[in-house]
Amino acid sequence: MINEQPTVSARQLERLAFRRKRTLRRAAVGALSTLLVFGVLGWLVTSAPGWPRVQATFFSASHAKDSLPFIWDAFWLNIRLFTVTELFVLPLALLIAVVRVVPSPSMLPFKILAAAYTDIFRGTPTLLVVLLVGFGLPALRLAGIPTNLFWLGVIALTLSYSAYVAEVLRAGILSVHPTQWASGRALGMSYGQTLRKVILPQAVRRVLPPLINDFVSLQKDTALVSTIGLVEALRAASVYQAESFNFTSLAVAAVLFIVITVPIARVTDWLSLRAMRRQVGG
Amino acid sequence: MLRIRNAKKSFGDQVVLDGIDLDVAAGEVVCLIGASGSGKSTLLKCIDLLESTDDGDMWLGDTELTDPALNPDTARARIGMVFQSYNLFPHMSVLRNLMVAQRCVHGVKKADARARALTLLERVNLVEKAHSYPDSLSGGQQQRVALARAVATDPELLLLDEVTSALDPLLVGEVLDFVAELKAEGRTIIMATHEMDFARASADRIVFLADGQIVESGTPEQIFTAPRQQRTAEFLARHR
Repeated sequence: MINEQPTVSARQLERLAFRRKRTLRRAAVGALSTLLVFGVLGWLVTSAPGWPRVQATFFSASHAKDSLPFIWDAFWLNIRLFTVTELFVLPLALLIAVVRVVPSPSMLPFKILAAAYTDIFRGTPTLLVVLLVGFGLPALRLAGIPTNLFWLGVIALTLSYSAYVAEVLRAGILSVHPTQWASGRALGMSYGQTLRKVILPQAVRRVLPPLINDFVSLQKDTALVSTIGLVEALRAASVYQAESFNFTSLAVAAVLFIVITVPIARVTDWLSLRAMRRQVGG
Repeated sequence: MLRIRNAKKSFGDQVVLDGIDLDVAAGEVVCLIGASGSGKSTLLKCIDLLESTDDGDMWLGDTELTDPALNPDTARARIGMVFQSYNLFPHMSVLRNLMVAQRCVHGVKKADARARALTLLERVNLVEKAHSYPDSLSGGQQQRVALARAVATDPELLLLDEVTSALDPLLVGEVLDFVAELKAEGRTIIMATHEMDFARASADRIVFLADGQIVESGTPEQIFTAPRQQRTAEFLARHR
């Protein structure tokens, strides 16, 4: 029987042991400092003289349970508003971004329009757009303009967010290296084909994080439609607060907003990681 | 097949092409040699209409490439071009890189495009990489894919712009082997290159460019053993 040969040298075994020890030490330090920081933070907050009062008015379990069904029903409106708006924002923003980069001279009037549009709606506070659309549009009494508050909210948010998203997409398109254009065109593909098959897929992948950023922001800004009279989560929470003299309902609304944004952020992280691995790792 | 008369091109006040006359016959392999900045790449880009010429005429078969009314896409569809930096599409698998132009420029059916792509990948020994993405391939592998992509649409003319300049010396051979194979199957190729040994062995004709002009043109034998111009001799002496 042959003696089993060690596959690594003794020195390498020492190195491995050292690295293992160092990893353990680092994990211990991490755990300890986390505990310490959160402990101190928790103590600072709870030892404040007003804490019992704050806890009772903002974080009361019974009020939370009481208000949740009411706020959840209203929050359903935020979700619908956000989803429908996003469905309009994506194609509109893509159209604006493409119009702004296409070099065709026949597009000039549209390019001017698109540039003016992004300048105006990116520069105007979203709240102002919501108020203008919500109260101004119906006042025009034009045929075909919706008077339904939900659709007015969708229009206002779409106008505002398409401007942001268009700029993000345009930056993505411009960030793709010109040699990609050249090799697409060299294969005989037209400008439009190269844009669609070669440039846009790369552009969108690159700007996915800022794109998601804008959509998370949009989710929160659905609360702005409360100003034109829609009872969404924030308004519902304020109504509950006004009746109960307790602010817990507002905290409940905040938690609901957080709960829907976190999964989106994680899913995007996962998507970008997967795309990166696939391209690089093969 | 390709006829160029008095082609001129300047970038600002820098003259890059200063009256180029060049004829390339079908099935001919022409190697452009010359120092960096002599106009080799610009000439290739002008032929592929990726750059516009300032003056002169260019004909591909019966088509005038310098006709301003010509749709450049239809001309480019007849010409294949490969770049120094491969320029594969990083978001597409190797297989899709080879299929995309066949599908959307030439309207080839999906199954046929796929079959042709796989045949070409087999020829460059990369079938097992069909579903990999370009960034996971070595430089030599990427350049072989780029060559395969350029011939996937069966172009009349193939333009190779220093296709081995970005490669590790060890990987140059595998790319040049495929170029030699393309020559063997009778393709018309214009190739800008610094690979003098390859040019000498494979070209039908060598064209030496300096300062945007053709200084000398002739068979490899003549150019390498008995250059007529002083500048050619000096250039070649520096490149061995």
